[in-house]
Amino acid sequence: MKMLLLLLLLGFGCGLVFCDQNTSDPHGRRVFPVLSINYDYVQMPFEVSLWILLASLMKLGFHLIPRLSGVVPESCLLIVVGLLVGGLIRVMGKNPPVLDSQLFFLCLLPPIILDAGYFLPIRPFTENAGTILTFAVVGTLWNAFFVGAALYGVCRLESGRLASFDLLSCLLFGSIVSAVDPVAVLAVFEEIHINELLHILVFGESLLNDAVTVVLYHLFEEFAHAGAVTAGDVFLGVVCFFVVALGGVMVGAVYGVLAAFTSRFTSHTRVIEPLFVFLYSYMAYLSAEVFHLSGIMALIACGVVMRPYVEANISHKSYTTIKYFLKMWSSVSETLIFIFLGVSTVAGPHAWNWTFVTITIFLCLLSRVLGVVGLTYIINKYRMVKLSGKDQFIVAYGGLRGAIAFSLAFLLSRDDFPMKDMFLTAIITVIFFTVFVQGMTIRPLVDLLAVKKRKQSKCSINEEIHTQFLEHLLAGIEGVCGHYGHHHWRDKLNRFNKHYIKRCLIGGERSQEPKLISFYNKMELKQALMLLESNSSANLSTAVTAAVPRQRSRKTLNISKEREEEIRKILRANLQKTRQRLRSYSRHTLMPDAEDDDWSETLLRKQRVEMERRMSHFLTVPARRESPPARRAPVESDSRALAARPSVLISISDETSDGPRESRGRKPSVKFALDAEEQKLPRCLSDPGPDQLPEEDEEHIHQTD
Amino acid sequence: MGSFQSLPDDHQYRTLSQKTGFSLDQIAILHNRFKQLSQNEETLRRDDLKTIQDLESNPIRSEIIEAFFDRRNFQKDGVGSVEEIGFEEFLTIMSYFRAPPHHITEEQREEMRRAKLRFLFNMHDTDNDGTITLEEYRHVVEELLSRSGALGRETAKGIADAAMLEVASISVGHMAPDEFYEGITFEHFLKILKGIEIETRMHIRFLNMDTTVLCK
Repeated sequence: MKMLLLLLLLGFGCGLVFCDQNTSDPHGRRVFPVLSINYDYVQMPFEVSLWILLASLMKLGFHLIPRLSGVVPESCLLIVVGLLVGGLIRVMGKNPPVLDSQLFFLCLLPPIILDAGYFLPIRPFTENAGTILTFAVVGTLWNAFFVGAALYGVCRLESGRLASFDLLSCLLFGSIVSAVDPVAVLAVFEEIHINELLHILVFGESLLNDAVTVVLYHLFEEFAHAGAVTAGDVFLGVVCFFVVALGGVMVGAVYGVLAAFTSRFTSHTRVIEPLFVFLYSYMAYLSAEVFHLSGIMALIACGVVMRPYVEANISHKSYTTIKYFLKMWSSVSETLIFIFLGVSTVAGPHAWNWTFVTITIFLCLLSRVLGVVGLTYIINKYRMVKLSGKDQFIVAYGGLRGAIAFSLAFLLSRDDFPMKDMFLTAIITVIFFTVFVQGMTIRPLVDLLAVKKRKQSKCSINEEIHTQFLEHLLAGIEGVCGHYGHHHWRDKLNRFNKHYIKRCLIGGERSQEPKLISFYNKMELKQALMLLESNSSANLSTAVTAAVPRQRSRKTLNISKEREEEIRKILRANLQKTRQRLRSYSRHTLMPDAEDDDWSETLLRKQRVEMERRMSHFLTVPARRESPPARRAPVESDSRALAARPSVLISISDETSDGPRESRGRKPSVKFALDAEEQKLPRCLSDPGPDQLPEEDEEHIHQTD
Repeated sequence: MGSFQSLPDDHQYRTLSQKTGFSLDQIAILHNRFKQLSQNEETLRRDDLKTIQDLESNPIRSEIIEAFFDRRNFQKDGVGSVEEIGFEEFLTIMSYFRAPPHHITEEQREEMRRAKLRFLFNMHDTDNDGTITLEEYRHVVEELLSRSGALGRETAKGIADAAMLEVASISVGHMAPDEFYEGITFEHFLKILKGIEIETRMHIRFLNMDTTVLCK
């Protein structure tokens, strides 16, 4: 394993060395070249692909080493790899490439942010929006000014090289180094699985502080250029912040609405649906960057706005495609970013100054802790669920810095900022410190402090029903109190959404589908697909479990195609609309993959039949002795038994719906007709009574011969 | 029950405050609202609540109104429902929606949780028999989906049945062939809603309310 890694590293280095070689043609008469090398032609794409390929192989390698990935977070390992590669290149005499800021901001960052924004859990985010915004805006401002001012003070005290730092440069440095980085936070927090609240607090803060960082950065850069600051400039700075933040969000929202609207019409061209999602989001990011608005917030807003509508419109396969492509791209981006960080460390010109660097690290930690504690004290007065000391510690400790800080520093012009190298060195040190020390120790600390972990969320229809019930209840009670609070406004927003927006943006009849039903359908589909995966063979008869009594095992037969068609017809009669909705998720127009579709639909139906059978055994009055005579009569009399089945179903439901006729005095419940086919499906919880099925068995056998 | 003068009586407020846990200001505000709803009478009737416009578009309107008149919510072993309620009962119902105070012990928190879940349970269990049967559950789901157009009672039935099945498998696990699931008892209800932090979610911010400004 280690040898493999070494070889890979070597290959990396060699590949890059070859980049610069040119083959020159010899003078004089040439023999016709049968085999020639023309590397320049493919150089660019070749290098890019090679980097990405080797980065992914690294990632693969880490997870094959069992203990390593548990102890050290991936980001650390990747940085180490980057360092090694950079060292290798340096040894070979070439200059290692530095992380180009344009490449970083335009190509590497957007996939990660889009992935985060598209899958942002909305409910915890909106519930904690106030807290997140406070941390992001006020916290970052506090950090920037505290670090900048304190650093300036230290530089003043210190004589020598540091004395040349003026206040603006220090403030600029403070603003760059104080922003919590979403990439680093994601990379580390993904692996520790803390509870949702803390995760969304730190992560939300890292996303939203981009607006503050952008404004501060441009502000101080402008001021440093101009030289002097007036009160008017400060006021403009504040205005700029609002413009940047709100402008970014609006740009994102506009593109999100466009994407949702476009997805309404894609039912005939399902293949390019994911492309629209990606393109509109990327355009939102780029458009925001054109005006120096916050591209990150635009991207988040776009993802959040378009997601509910797009998901209602696109096919299931497109949804899966989007999910996997986003995960893939963001994973690749993240890997590349960390490797490049490592390489840039080896490459870049460094100006090491012990005082500056150590003071910076110390100040960053101090300001973070003070900021979090102070803000939490204020915020807890307004929160329902207070943040405990443990929570505060994790929030403070999770403030990791990352590649954004590095790239921002890299963009500084050397003329205005002659101390750029020192800044870069200090920033790299801070990044390394936070990623290595804090990243590696946060997992044992989380275990030590017994912080609540993320609970495994099971898809529970009960919780969904009761959550919705609770929402309506709270909105109603607020109405009774006459109090227009949270719930009232949220209720109003939902109704507005349903009546106007959904009608425009969601095509077809799905615009009327309430959330509960789509949730239920999704859950059913998930269960059916799980069944599909677990029954890997098409032969369902093998799925009979040992619970089936021996005498029935010989009656398990393969289900013929006609049977399937008949089952389909019956179920369609009862479950028409839900069926159609499920269909829309599984149909695709790529290739005539009809067998695949039929099979999955059949299995979906089997699952549904199975579930009905289970339900009937749970929810049935054990007065089965009454019903078989009623059922047998119509069934036996009809040779085409299945034509009678629909009528059997109807008659049964009529029978049981008259409550008073239930002589046992139990509550009325509905009995679903038992289909003969059901005995072949895996039995989970109960067996039908022995008196019924032998008759049905005989029926079945009788009809198929 | 509990006749009040038109001027707030401090002593009565104080006893109410002790009983329900609201502060005196909150009680004064809620009393104003009560008087507004009941048109200055001393008791509130169902029709008074039906006049609230905000409740018009609420799908579970009738359940909410019914909950106010349900004796089980007033005291431990009440049965049946009443036709009209006084301010004390109104306040008792409202106290189910108070947020848990910051420093309470685990037992108190658990107690509050049980009380709130009991309130919810009573809303579903309309025939007062201690279990939520399939019919009642179906009714709940139908009500929830009732505002969403004619999507059919069958889907509602399907959802309710699936939910019931889930409760059964969570609470009872494996069942013998002859058993069947009677209905959700209060203990099972507690179990299935363990994932939702009821004591923090089921609350209204009574903190700053000026109901006289926002009418109806």
